[in-house]
Amino acid sequence: MTRSRFLRGVAAVGSLTLVAGLAACSTPSDSDDGDGSGDSAAPAPGVTDTEVVVGTHHPLTGEAAAGYATISAATTAYFEYINDNGGINGRSIEYIVKDDGYNPANTSTLTRELVLDDEVFAILNGLGTPPHSAVIDYLNDTEVPDVFVASGSPTFNQPEEYPYTFGFNTNYIVEAKILATYAQENYPDQVYCLMAQDDDLGEDFEAGLLSILGEDGLATTQVYSVSNRDVAAQVAAMQAAGCEVNFLAAINAFSAISIGTAAKLAYQPQWVAASIGGDYNTVSTYLGDVGPALLEGFVSANYLPSHFSETDPWTAHFSDINEQYNRGAAFDGNTVYGMSVAYLFAEALAKSGETPTRESLLAALTSGDLMGNAIVPLSLSETNHGAYSGAQITTVTGGIQEYVGTPFTTGTGDEPVEPYEGGPVPFENEGIPVP
Amino acid sequence: MSVTVEDKVTPADAARPGPVRSDLAASGRRVLIALAGLVLAIGGTFLLDPYRNYQLAVVAAYLCATAGLTVLIGRGGQLSLGHAALIAAGAYSFGLTSNAMDEQGITGVALVVVPMLVGVVAASVLGVLLGLAAARLHGPYLAGLTLAVVVAIPAVTSTFSSVLGGDAGLYISVQRRPEALDRIIAVEQWQAWVAITAAAAVLFVLSNLVRSSYGQRMVAVRDDEAAARLVGIDTTRVKVAGFTISAGCAGLGGGVLAYVTQNASPGAFSLVFSLFLVVAVVIGGLGSLRGALWGALLIVLLPDVIGTVLDSLDLPPELAQRLDGNVAVLVFGLLLVTIMIVAPHGIQGWLSSLRRPRRRAPRTAPALSTE
Repeated sequence: MTRSRFLRGVAAVGSLTLVAGLAACSTPSDSDDGDGSGDSAAPAPGVTDTEVVVGTHHPLTGEAAAGYATISAATTAYFEYINDNGGINGRSIEYIVKDDGYNPANTSTLTRELVLDDEVFAILNGLGTPPHSAVIDYLNDTEVPDVFVASGSPTFNQPEEYPYTFGFNTNYIVEAKILATYAQENYPDQVYCLMAQDDDLGEDFEAGLLSILGEDGLATTQVYSVSNRDVAAQVAAMQAAGCEVNFLAAINAFSAISIGTAAKLAYQPQWVAASIGGDYNTVSTYLGDVGPALLEGFVSANYLPSHFSETDPWTAHFSDINEQYNRGAAFDGNTVYGMSVAYLFAEALAKSGETPTRESLLAALTSGDLMGNAIVPLSLSETNHGAYSGAQITTVTGGIQEYVGTPFTTGTGDEPVEPYEGGPVPFENEGIPVP
Repeated sequence: MSVTVEDKVTPADAARPGPVRSDLAASGRRVLIALAGLVLAIGGTFLLDPYRNYQLAVVAAYLCATAGLTVLIGRGGQLSLGHAALIAAGAYSFGLTSNAMDEQGITGVALVVVPMLVGVVAASVLGVLLGLAAARLHGPYLAGLTLAVVVAIPAVTSTFSSVLGGDAGLYISVQRRPEALDRIIAVEQWQAWVAITAAAAVLFVLSNLVRSSYGQRMVAVRDDEAAARLVGIDTTRVKVAGFTISAGCAGLGGGVLAYVTQNASPGAFSLVFSLFLVVAVVIGGLGSLRGALWGALLIVLLPDVIGTVLDSLDLPPELAQRLDGNVAVLVFGLLLVTIMIVAPHGIQGWLSSLRRPRRRAPRTAPALSTE
């Protein structure tokens, strides 16, 4: 009878054990109950007298890792450089990187861990449209600044709906318009096609292309999903459709897989890739020995200092820091990207007042005072939460990916694609932002 | 595998209609105990910070699935490696229903309960289909069939990506906590309440089920199908019903998971996760509902604990990156091997043997008739 009573009390005993077990390893916090504190005198979560803690989710393992795993290391390295030089307003920046494997399910859990358990000040540069889409509502509900999302999706530039979210990359629509304009000028009267990722990246990029090329401007749009590495069917369909200029709205790994698959089918069209999947070193490394040969003439776009440049002071500076603080890891577009993110965040933090709060960070971001370090203007404002809205074409010649022509800017609507004459942001104060 | 001596019944017992050992008073007591446990657990959430409450909600969601799975494998003797697919069915159905209702402007309790029920029904329907096939299959063939369903998830979601959202999955609009509670509890605590309530419902149903005449018939079919058939048990019906009930529980778990994370994506229902569920109920103690709780706790807390330990070790970044995520799989495997050697009846079996006097301890090896 004793035993059966035990059995019958499953719910009671079980639930109790559950609570006791969890309570034992919890650290109850009495401050923030998730409502967001309206009291600006209280220190913001993650900010102490000596430190500002920010966190992120990046793919360090899995399919997308091959293209992006080095970004967070570069960002960390730049923060270490800033910390060694006194930090920002006397505070060092600690950057917590969690591996979500480009899997939205992991992102949900890890982001809550960062916000609730690690109590970060902000989420910085959460990577990827699919993973980050899973947490954008959560972050805005809990009023956590969601800064410089590593995606060009317009989803992350909706100030009305998501006041706490700011994108970093050039908007995919803007980039697609600039690339389509280049293709029209340089490859006139050819058959244009698109290989697109099965999410907002693909859809937005296609919308941008069509706005320049016309409604029937693409002979075919093929779609891949990240969970399936085999794109032979899609590439064969492009070959069969007689595609001559293929746009890639793909992440680095799938730019490489698409180009490699086409090469196996003895099909060598002109590839024109979005910046998100257009980093020469990354794609070339993925392709292996045949990379340099297959990527000759590869066209893409970018908006940050070129890592091949021998004259850009930002590139030289980042290269030095990469040697000193990143154990001399391979220096590529991801390194420049990661360090540019770190620089822009440090700049925003420096302009957030003596003691930063979440409100003052948002005020700094929308103030219009930030410069960034790109070759196109930084367009953050009250009504625009996308950091960059322009790009310049890059081509690969002899294993060197360099800019050609001038940078262009445009909007996401019917705005024309216009050259930008403002020039790059000057390099000052050894790359350490000042208030 | 904590099938105890008392649980063993002759097929003749099992074939007798009506409840074997339960009377009205006993089930009344069970309702009271379940309610008391529910209140206690909900009270307990006040002791936890929001992140632990979030974890608690996930544990409760997984518990719905592991409880159903442990009954299916431990009592029914049917091995399912595909429970992640049933959870996914629940989660996606919850998401689609919740989004559709939200668009219609429906709010309130209905926006929580109706999608959950749709999730349960959808998973149960999938369960019936699987069960019909499963009733004809044994051992590795059954395992293979259920495995295939999980492997197919990403293909299904990308084929119907306009509805299911492909790899990115569904974003789910859900009913938030009641406004009256806004100032009292955090979102995560509310989510934990919803999840605990669902888990309590599943545990209540299943604990009654295993004691019912149907539960006895399940055990009879598991132990000797031919004998069970001889005494007039419709073995196919018992097996299909077993799969359906287990699927319904998994569907509710999926609904809770979708409610808590506001997301349903194929990455959350991977093959590895599906195998973790099986390993978790084996480690917890097959056939035991309390074992299912141990299993659910393990799935959520083990990676967390390992992450904390790894962080404190201050490893070089390259090594830490390589270990991250992989160590949990390794530890899970080692734990399975160790526990099967030290305590063949899982954590719960081991705990019960501590409590029981020695002379009652000897038990026969678990008799799983999956062969």
